[in-house]
Amino acid sequence: MGGLVRPIAESGFAILIALLIGALLLRLYGYDIRAAYYWLFKGAFGSRTALLYSLTFATPMMLTAMTFLVGWKSGLFNIGAEGQLYMGAIGAAWVGGTIALPAGVHVAVATIVGMLFGVLWALPVIVLKLRGAHEVVSTVMLNWVAYSLVGYLVIHRLAMPGEAFRTIPAMESARYPFLAVEADLTAAIFVAVAFCIAIYVLLWRTKLGYELRLVGDNPDAAKYAGMAIRRVIFLNFVIGGLAAGLAGATQVLGRPPIWGVYETMGNLYMLGFMGIGVALIGRNHPIGAILAAIFYGGLLHGGTDMQLYAKVMAEIVVAIQGIIIFTLAAPELLPLIRKKVGKVPELLSRVKRKGR
Amino acid sequence: MSEQEFLKIVFALVVFAFGLHLLVFVKTFQKELKKKAVGYLIAITAIVIFLVLIKYGLDLDWSQVGALVATGLTAMTPLVLAAVGECINQKAGTINVGLEGIFLFTALLGVYGAELFGGWVGGLLFATLIGAFIGFLFGLGCVYLRANQVIVGMALNIFAAGMVAYLMMAIWGQAGQYTPLAPETFMPSVSTPLGPLSFMFFVAIGIAVLAHVILHKTLLGIKIKAVGEKPESADVAGVRVDHIRIFTCTLGASLCAMGGAFMSLSWIHAVTNDMVAGYGFIALACVVFSGLEPLLVLVPAFLFGLGRALAPWAGITPAVKAIFPGIIYFLRMVPFILVLVALVIVGKRLFPRAMGKPYIRE
Repeated sequence: MGGLVRPIAESGFAILIALLIGALLLRLYGYDIRAAYYWLFKGAFGSRTALLYSLTFATPMMLTAMTFLVGWKSGLFNIGAEGQLYMGAIGAAWVGGTIALPAGVHVAVATIVGMLFGVLWALPVIVLKLRGAHEVVSTVMLNWVAYSLVGYLVIHRLAMPGEAFRTIPAMESARYPFLAVEADLTAAIFVAVAFCIAIYVLLWRTKLGYELRLVGDNPDAAKYAGMAIRRVIFLNFVIGGLAAGLAGATQVLGRPPIWGVYETMGNLYMLGFMGIGVALIGRNHPIGAILAAIFYGGLLHGGTDMQLYAKVMAEIVVAIQGIIIFTLAAPELLPLIRKKVGKVPELLSRVKRKGR
Repeated sequence: MSEQEFLKIVFALVVFAFGLHLLVFVKTFQKELKKKAVGYLIAITAIVIFLVLIKYGLDLDWSQVGALVATGLTAMTPLVLAAVGECINQKAGTINVGLEGIFLFTALLGVYGAELFGGWVGGLLFATLIGAFIGFLFGLGCVYLRANQVIVGMALNIFAAGMVAYLMMAIWGQAGQYTPLAPETFMPSVSTPLGPLSFMFFVAIGIAVLAHVILHKTLLGIKIKAVGEKPESADVAGVRVDHIRIFTCTLGASLCAMGGAFMSLSWIHAVTNDMVAGYGFIALACVVFSGLEPLLVLVPAFLFGLGRALAPWAGITPAVKAIFPGIIYFLRMVPFILVLVALVIVGKRLFPRAMGKPYIRE
């Protein structure tokens, strides 16, 4: 039990710090903090529809969190989920919108093609990594190549006739069925959760998962144990690409009302980067990441309510996410704060003991 | 006719790419032969060849070439500032992938400061100071709290993206775009034979030269390089690894902040949500291409800046549009693709050994 309480407490604490700084920012510009946070959390978890919406927003982010998380387990910084997600989305939009297939098969094929497009975008990273180039630089650059490339494909290859700023929407047969129309929630969430659970099983119940983790925990031991590190790196990025590609596919095939991609990436932008924060809030555990994605998805949806009723720009939620990541990225920060804050209960208990 | 024009443009683009490839190759040799002078010389030659080819390839007269150069020089200014800072930063072993975020945030702060303190000087100082503060926090986090530099950098990008949208509404009540009107908000420009250039351009060049001198001719420079290559040995030799790294982080971020302020106060004359759109990562690309040499940064910065400035022009020119629709997207990709090519060629020899690793004193 103790092993579970601590990570949750740490994430909660980081969120609290970020919300406090957010409150400070709101105060600084004369907003009503109570109204803002009231609408933020009411919009996130305050009703059945709100909760369902939070799940809708969580779907792609839990998957991009997998990309980061699996990389992290092997000591790799895979921040390429953003670009791989764009590619996955355009792959799914291509099959979903232009190739007619029977219902049922169509959605599956489009999803798989999306995932493969994600892997396609991970391959150069693998090549470069094996050549010795750091994956951070190569993934960052590939993200921006994907941004331009997908923008080109949307406008010049897959544009919807008469509405050139977005792709042809996925056909009915390529769409995930609705679970809750009022909250835009589709069965894509099942695929996403199943994928995350599969990652969990892979990491902790299979030999490959053991290898993936050992390479991260103790690369020297992995080498002495005769593991093919190159193979582990290869598989790691492939899994990451699959996850991010799937995220893009769910955002196209399972996300009304667009069922496609905007030229500005408006419905995709930042989802890959948000995965980093979600993975960290979820303490780099697949199940934790699912919960973190629902939490953060809730904040994103609550942000729109906050903007509507409290007149605060919804984007402050994104800024808060940045602060959460910063707080969680520094492993020494929380113990430091705990040490300072921890003295208070210690003093209290000392006073109590004296009283006895 | 239009087909010919198209071919000329393709020709120019190929040359553009070729010049940069050349640079990379030169850089690889240069590391092995230790003949830096050759690298600089060929880099400059590549630019001259590029300009001559673009003049004859596109049938421009010299005044148009001059205007083109001026465009490139303006566009390169923020890249030079950010990339020079990042070069020093990476030499000391820390990588800041948050340049994009710093650009965006300080572009807003520049205008905000200019309105608060009545002029561009206040705006520039305000943005630079906050940038320095961000860099200082970044350094503290990475050195003492052993924060992961890449994650903190990404956090910075995410924070800035949200913060700028929020602040634009909070400060000016504008969603997505704010255009200041007071003329004293904007930086003065210097008239040159090429046309008016912001004085910040000259500041940026000066800073690049200064950074080169500091890095290669002073004790501080030796310390910075030692900290990046072998922090343990530097520590044994009595160099404060922590102080050096915090100093370079602060310096790098404040230079980047100057670039951000330049973008809004002198170049774009506005703040928008999407004004940076990858420019911070192009600065990172310049760092890779320069092989962490502040003076060599000038070459890729000029080419990438020019490419970026040309992209919208190519996108609206009817002849180009007719034959190669969507060329704008491919022009935007060029710097990033070239970095990937460069990485394939150069591999890991480019970066100092201890880059990205927090140093823990035992």
